Amino acid sequence: MNVWIAIAVTAVSCYAVKLAGLLVPVGALERPLVKRMAALLPVALLAALTAQQAFADGRTLVLDAKAVGLAAAAVALLLRVPFLVVIAAAVVVTAGVRALTG
Amino acid sequence: MPSPVAPPDASVEGTDAGAVGDRPDSAVVRDALGVGIAVGLSGFAFGVTSAGSGLTVLQTCALSLLVFTGASQFALVGALAGGGNPFTAAAGAFFLGVRNAFYGLRLSQLLALPRAVRPFAAHWVIDETTAVSLAQRGRRGARIGFTVTGLSLYVLWNLTTLLGAVGAEAIGDTDAWGLDAAGPAVFLALLAPMVRTARERAVAAVAVLLGLGLLPVLPAGVPVLVAGLAVPIVLYGAGLRAQRTTRGNDR
Repeated sequence: MNVWIAIAVTAVSCYAVKLAGLLVPVGALERPLVKRMAALLPVALLAALTAQQAFADGRTLVLDAKAVGLAAAAVALLLRVPFLVVIAAAVVVTAGVRALTG
Repeated sequence: MPSPVAPPDASVEGTDAGAVGDRPDSAVVRDALGVGIAVGLSGFAFGVTSAGSGLTVLQTCALSLLVFTGASQFALVGALAGGGNPFTAAAGAFFLGVRNAFYGLRLSQLLALPRAVRPFAAHWVIDETTAVSLAQRGRRGARIGFTVTGLSLYVLWNLTTLLGAVGAEAIGDTDAWGLDAAGPAVFLALLAPMVRTARERAVAAVAVLLGLGLLPVLPAGVPVLVAGLAVPIVLYGAGLRAQRTTRGNDR
């Protein structure tokens, strides 16, 4: 039951914030500072998410095979290969490093 | 007409080196499908993780159908697996989802959707649809990018969630397959075209420091939000530098 409560609360609240962003009047974005901040916010959030998913296990910082996999993804991005290949590089290299290091 | 965040050649496939004007629809569709399919397939990793955390197949699928924002879903099942109470767990997922409101702010201007369509489009306002839409030039490209990315990702994400949840036991240790590296790689690939200028790089760097540095001390989900402060910090720093330069020129 608790799990269903968590799912319901998450679903409703996550949908509400998505909708809120779309419904804010366009005029609210006309100020240059707000525009600049809204444009840069995805950069900040995506950067933090990338780092956390690569270098954190729960609330502990870790440096493991995932970091090598992310480096492989970065190299793949520099080589301008298709998106799917970037992801595959990260997965395969991470699995490979884990297999080699046991 | 807002200027897109991402530079013109920000296509995820690395095609289109600086052409002028709208890109052909087919190029937009190709990029959108590239993101939609790649990320959609990673729903498999979510299904496996969620079922592995003790949620039923039905609960796992409900999350992908109704929440449909990956980071929040991962955060929720992680918190539930860690024994958190449902409201704390949902709060972490909610904090991660708040960024979608900021994406919506950008998209509402870029897509200029009719009011009646917004409640339906809202469900698809996520990292990937935003990144693809912002990478396009005109409104038409942005709309096509949003729709194709949203539809392909939603369908595949839910299908692979189901497959992952059902197949979780058969696969065994998902980390051994490196599937946990798919998440950060996806985010990095989305981020890459957005960091071209010195200011964008500075924002990303400060955000990484905040996000990782505060992780051990703040509740789950909060450090990502605090990392958003990288934007005012960098803009404030740039403002100070500009002031100093002006004063230097006056002398």
